[in-house]
Amino acid sequence: MMISFFRYGTLFVLTLFSLVSLSFLLAHLFPGDLLTNLSGVAPKDEKERQLLATLWAVDQSVFFRFFRYCSLIFSGEWGVSISSGLPLYDEIRRTLPATIELSFYSAVVAVVIGVPIGCLAGLKSYTKLDYTINAVAIVNYSLPVFWLGLAFILVFSLQLNWLPLSGRISLLFDIPTVTGFILIDILLSNSLNKGEAIANAIAHLAMPVLAVSLISGAALVRLLRRSVIDILDKPYIASARSRGLSSSRIFFDHVLRNALLPILPLLAIQITTLMTNAIIVETLFSWPGIGDWLLQAIYQGDYTAIRMGMLVVAALIVSLTIFVDILNRLVDPRKRMPTNATT
Amino acid sequence: MKNVTFGIVLTLLLLGCTEQSDWVKAQSAIIYCSESDPVTFNPQLDTGATTSDATAHQIYSRLLDFDPETGQIVPALASSWSISNDGLVYIFQLRKDVNFHMTRYFTPSRTFNADDVIFSFNRWRDPAHPYHRVSGGQYPYFDSLGLADNIEDIKRINGYRIEIHLKQRDSSFIAHLATDFSVILSAEYGDHLLSQNKPEKIDRFPIGTGPFKFVSYQRGQAIRYRAHAGYWGQTQTADTLIFDITQKSSLRMAKLITGECDAIAFPSQSELSVIRERADLTLTQQPALNIGFWAFNTQKPPFDNPDVRRALAYAIDKNTLLETVYLGNATRAKTLVPSASWAFHESSHDTAYNPVLSRQLLDRAKIPRGFTMTIWAMPVERSYNPNARKMAELLQQYLADVGINAQIITYDWNTFREKLGKGEHQSVLIGWSADNGDPDNFYRPLLSCDAIPSGTNRAMWCNEEYDRLIYSALQTDDVEARQAIYEDVNELLYENLPLIPIAHALRYQVYRNELKGLRINPYGGVRFAGVIKAQ
Repeated sequence: MMISFFRYGTLFVLTLFSLVSLSFLLAHLFPGDLLTNLSGVAPKDEKERQLLATLWAVDQSVFFRFFRYCSLIFSGEWGVSISSGLPLYDEIRRTLPATIELSFYSAVVAVVIGVPIGCLAGLKSYTKLDYTINAVAIVNYSLPVFWLGLAFILVFSLQLNWLPLSGRISLLFDIPTVTGFILIDILLSNSLNKGEAIANAIAHLAMPVLAVSLISGAALVRLLRRSVIDILDKPYIASARSRGLSSSRIFFDHVLRNALLPILPLLAIQITTLMTNAIIVETLFSWPGIGDWLLQAIYQGDYTAIRMGMLVVAALIVSLTIFVDILNRLVDPRKRMPTNATT
Repeated sequence: MKNVTFGIVLTLLLLGCTEQSDWVKAQSAIIYCSESDPVTFNPQLDTGATTSDATAHQIYSRLLDFDPETGQIVPALASSWSISNDGLVYIFQLRKDVNFHMTRYFTPSRTFNADDVIFSFNRWRDPAHPYHRVSGGQYPYFDSLGLADNIEDIKRINGYRIEIHLKQRDSSFIAHLATDFSVILSAEYGDHLLSQNKPEKIDRFPIGTGPFKFVSYQRGQAIRYRAHAGYWGQTQTADTLIFDITQKSSLRMAKLITGECDAIAFPSQSELSVIRERADLTLTQQPALNIGFWAFNTQKPPFDNPDVRRALAYAIDKNTLLETVYLGNATRAKTLVPSASWAFHESSHDTAYNPVLSRQLLDRAKIPRGFTMTIWAMPVERSYNPNARKMAELLQQYLADVGINAQIITYDWNTFREKLGKGEHQSVLIGWSADNGDPDNFYRPLLSCDAIPSGTNRAMWCNEEYDRLIYSALQTDDVEARQAIYEDVNELLYENLPLIPIAHALRYQVYRNELKGLRINPYGGVRFAGVIKAQ
């Protein structure tokens, strides 16, 4: 077990290292002054240039510069945005939690929708219900997320006027940022009308979360259905039936657990899709997350922001994938390495 | 252990209580969806409309104001004023008991007085002022008018009376003091920041005497204001004002429909029909202080001949241009000033569409059929001319009807303006937006001899009689006398037609019906004083 942890650790470090190297390379490849590309500041005078050049080791050898680059990144000194002049660390610290929050709720909703419906389709396989669920899931899965988001806006905001169409919470609520997660911040704040604020935040969350989770949920439905059908064919289910176990007991003890295990690794891939979808949806709903922020940076040719944004998003997705893989190993005994035999 | 936890929880709760009022959902809040980030929170430093909207009438007050209905100059922080007979000395009596904002970053110890006026004016006027170089040292509005050079001295007579001495008579001077840019800052706050060695904060954490005080600003997100309890003017105002910075025009429109904004900035022309159809939205319109025109280069023959210019004026149908280019969102221009200006005369002459007469005049001026001329169409979209290219194509057809072959010429905007400045054009479709309500802001920059080198006289027209008249209008402060002079000026322009006035584009304000008291301010930024939201 320790060895596999070690392996994942090495994998993580190596991937991160190559990401940092790539971003370092990008700073050299983007057009313009290298110092500006690294720091985000166009020095006003020679004194300032000298100061920045020393900090980012621009006049030193490439290896030393890279070493300095790595140490600056790990100490949170990420330079400033070329267009706004604000420190990138603070900007990403502000926007990333919004993206994580959106993705997390979307993942939860996707599981809440996907797992029961998928199981139902699997249990009632090849019936009208199954076909209906399958058809809806396929249609849902094939819809592009930006189209679904726009459709929601048209129907629920502009036509029915049920849900707000942009932002995380009405500007009437002035919530101090502590964690960057809006629901947690509301709970932490000392407001008299927390309930109202939370209801408002949830109304803002509803459409983006639904747009992302419907697509991921549809994928989950299809995976789980297949898995349940496979498990139901297994001899141990027949034996459980012959022993006269109740169908609910068979389902919860034997089917569900065994059906979830094989799809766990597939979920790791789904998480990447879900994050990507969340980032796309942000721009539609003016969700102040890293996707919206990165898109602005791309429009404005803000190279430092693009570089750091890319690095952070990539690092986040790599960490999540590895995390799910490790989880998968912990949960599924078959996948544990036969470490006892080799040592 | 339990006791320790309890203690911590209790402390947190108590801490919570002390800041309880820190954020409570605003009771009567107005959300205005603005189009962009302000450059600064001091309109002395920037002439952009975004900066004016966010600051000029929310945070600050001026000595004088324009009445948005009549365009008259009315008292604000100056309760009255007088002008000496030679027009060189202005005395302002200041309002008493005017409170500055009390915010978390500054607590004023005194009310507004003469020192604040002198501080505010000297900041842009006097290069030796400790704040003159702060935040760049550029004061575009005042610099472009050379206002600082014309002020001899500003004297404090007593705490509530100041005297301004001019070098040369300028009857538009008090109009400058009523513009968005002539705001009054707090001298006490200035001293306070100097003692802390942070003078640049004066433009980022503003203190003024306006109806709202600044609370917070998040770039690209929102600006928050709270009502200023001790405001000297109208008292009925929303207790919170929020500028929701929404760059996309379509998103502003969508937010207005869903009620996430109460009012929006700059609705696009194509959205106006949607707004008109909706019962829950109000659209108000007013002619703005601008003009779109067709100017002839009067230094190039045959356009130096007034008859030729008159012939071309008869050749075009202005009403069709209004409908097709402005989509009906403009009024027909007779002279330089729109009806919002006091110098406007209902009875001014205007040219009518008459191609037959046009051809006769051309024949008389010996302009043969098949004569070729150029029309320069500006490449950018402006409210006074949203589509110069399209207008040029229409003119091309009208001119073809009277036997003139027109070619359309355009360059990128900077090159275009550079070549115009050199007078390379024969005729040009362009326009002008005024900065203040004084008609001089139209007549002098557009057609005076001095405006040829400074590059705003697109007709390159220099007429002694015209210059004599418009300068004489600056020599008197009697509005009726000035009106009479401008009437003569309009007649002179109608006789000479150095340019053909085409349209005054309308200015729009769009808001939800719940909002009461929001009026268009043709003389600058949006005003939220006295605006309330019905429940």
